[in-house]
Amino acid sequence: MSEYLLEVKDLKQHFPIRTGWFSSKPLKAVDGVSFEIKPGETLGLVGESGCGKTTVGRTILHLYKPTSGEIIYNGQQITPQNIHNFRQEMQIVFQDPYSSLNPRMTVSDIVGEPLDIHKLYGTKGERADRINELLRLVGLNSDHARRYAHEFSGGQRQRIGIARALAVNPKFIVCDEPVSALDVSIQAQVINTFEDLQEKLGIAYLFIAHDLLVVKHISQRIAVMYLGRIVEIADADEVIAHPMHPYTQSLISAIPIPDPNTARTRQRIPLEGDVPSPLNMPSGCAFRTRCRYATERCAQECPGLTEIGPGHRIACWNPHE
Amino acid sequence: MNEPLLQVKNLCTSFNVDSGEVRAVNGISFNLDKGKVLGIVGESGSGKSVTAYSIMRILVEPGRITGGQILFNGEDIVQYSKKQMREFRGKRVSIIFQDPMTSLNPVYTIGNQLREAILLHTDRNHEQANARALEMLQLVGVNEPEKRLKQYPHELSGGMRQRVMIAMALACEPDILIADEPTTALDVTIQAQILELMQSLQKKMGMAIIMITHDLGVIADMCDEIIVMYAGRICERGTADEIFYNPRHEYTKGLLRSIPRLDAGHTRLIPIAGSPVDLTNMPKGCAFASRCDNCMKICLSELPEELDINDFHKASCWMNVKQVYDEAAAEKEADSK
Ligand SMILES: Nc1ncnc2c1ncn2[C@@H]1O[C@H](COP(=O)(O)OP(=O)(O)OP(=O)(O)O)[C@@H](O)[C@H]1O
Ligand SMILES: Nc1ncnc2c1ncn2[C@@H]1O[C@H](COP(=O)(O)OP(=O)(O)O)[C@@H](O)[C@H]1O
Ligand code: SF4
Ligand code: SF4
Ligand SMILES: [Mg+2]
Ligand SMILES: [Mg+2]
Repeated sequence: MSEYLLEVKDLKQHFPIRTGWFSSKPLKAVDGVSFEIKPGETLGLVGESGCGKTTVGRTILHLYKPTSGEIIYNGQQITPQNIHNFRQEMQIVFQDPYSSLNPRMTVSDIVGEPLDIHKLYGTKGERADRINELLRLVGLNSDHARRYAHEFSGGQRQRIGIARALAVNPKFIVCDEPVSALDVSIQAQVINTFEDLQEKLGIAYLFIAHDLLVVKHISQRIAVMYLGRIVEIADADEVIAHPMHPYTQSLISAIPIPDPNTARTRQRIPLEGDVPSPLNMPSGCAFRTRCRYATERCAQECPGLTEIGPGHRIACWNPHE
Repeated sequence: MNEPLLQVKNLCTSFNVDSGEVRAVNGISFNLDKGKVLGIVGESGSGKSVTAYSIMRILVEPGRITGGQILFNGEDIVQYSKKQMREFRGKRVSIIFQDPMTSLNPVYTIGNQLREAILLHTDRNHEQANARALEMLQLVGVNEPEKRLKQYPHELSGGMRQRVMIAMALACEPDILIADEPTTALDVTIQAQILELMQSLQKKMGMAIIMITHDLGVIADMCDEIIVMYAGRICERGTADEIFYNPRHEYTKGLLRSIPRLDAGHTRLIPIAGSPVDLTNMPKGCAFASRCDNCMKICLSELPEELDINDFHKASCWMNVKQVYDEAAAEKEADSK
């Protein structure tokens, strides 16, 4: 048995995009992504919008059928045929607490639905008890159960979404920008909820976010994506303190730091231009159009993830400190 | 002493809705000097945007300025006619929004919109306006500017649209630029580009900026002075260093505790308990009282007055008053010994 809860190997997700009446072109949203997550661990996934973070999360759960690659959960390969066996183990929490909950359902309906689907209770009373327990776990209470989702604040709604994900006792949750829509003070409440649940229940997270301060706070390891590929993966502290991929270096230097002294003294590594379209990926290393270290080789060959230190991997031909 | 460029005096703005009067801005006063960057922070619904819209006089129904003055170079713009306001907007004060599509018209080309804005506010002729449009796009760092002039907003990336909006807002060299969450929708690397651009343009053109954001990182990066808003009022104001290193209102302290730090090891975040107040039903005393760990009896009945902490810093929290009394009492006791 492997030490990993989840192993993703060379995962690809290509969406066919119509370019004419009879022609189409693959949009390579995810193009060869590999990583592992241990039980009870949080892997943060960061990168600019459109780089494929959500697609990775959804493809792992087979909400999109993978174009190719392997997803191995607890040593077993997940396929479209057997995915239903894993639905109880793997859950997802979405970004938008406003649109991901049905406003006409009560909190008890929302949290109870997965219990109904997976027939996880014997009597009505057991169902109600379980719902109350779940609400307590996420810092809500049983009085909330009869109310409608639209009566709650953003942070409370996000916690309803988490309670629903927890209903089936998952061991792994994809958290797709779960705090991005929330005010900072509310964000802190929800982040603490995620951390408490991990400690209590040993759940592993794939934590997707574009706020690097949040990701650094919650993750043990961080993977950085650029245009459908992982360009760097390492321990969270290592990625922040010693980024080795040129893209990660720029990304980290661009984080707005809530500290005037740091802001005054810090050096930015500016990135020119915009991310290329994933329909028109540059040859070789996809980052080369914006990279200050690009050489001829970068246009010809795509660098693979290579270990450069313990648990620290980057995809770059010319790494610089 | 020079008169401040902008003086907001006891501004009140309300929305009359079914459930009552939403006091979105509830008696705020501040000054903005020429060439300064003023930051406004506060949680969602605290009145940041309504403050901006009040200054621009672009409040939507049923929003109404119910009291106070907004003096620009000493003239009260609250009394301005519609015609005077059209003149004032764009030429004196411009605004950029979080979503550039709210100010860019999807059916006209970028060039068309830039030219119209320039023609409306300056006495340039058509040809000069065209030249200025191109110059502005170059200034804000849009690549291939000639090509962009002929394109429509939807053909540009988010970062590029935000640049175009900045170009439009600055085309007539306003004295004040109000930026309402200008980078919230952008990725960090693009955000860094846009903030850098705003800073360099600010230095080049000498305009003042009001920077509205909930991102304390952006504030720390950009601002000379900071206003912290809570429930439609200013609870604390001061220089960036004072606000970040010497916060003196319990809400500001809570806000600073609740954000993750890059340098810190793993320490648990300390959230602010409770939820925002109902603006139609404001409590009698301090609006933060229901969420404040240090709430005292007086906080529930009396609105805290604004106290000078030092020359660069004011806060409206009873704790500061208490501290003054405690210190005086301690001194007295020391004397009597
Ligand atoms: N058109 C409107 N009708 C009724 N109330 C409104 C309207 N616009 C704003 N308000 C209320 O005014 C208050 C202040 O809103 P404002 O938009 O200024 O908040 P903000 O500080 O800009 O928040 P955010 O960070 O979410 O942008 C809120 O309580 C809001 O609900
Ligand atoms: N269902 C889909 N069909 C076609 N293209 C898609 C689909 N979902 C995502 N994409 C494209 O895939 C790329 C990655 O998207 P996404 O995973 O949502 O990025 P992120 O979550 O990192 O912002 C984008 O170019 C996006 O437009
Ligand atoms: S492989 Fe080349 S282009 Fe890509 S990041 Fe490294 S140096 Fe830059
Ligand atoms: S005035 Fe009182 S309730 Fe308000 S922030 Fe200060 S201590 Fe807290
Ligand atoms: Mg996404
Ligand atoms: Mg706003």
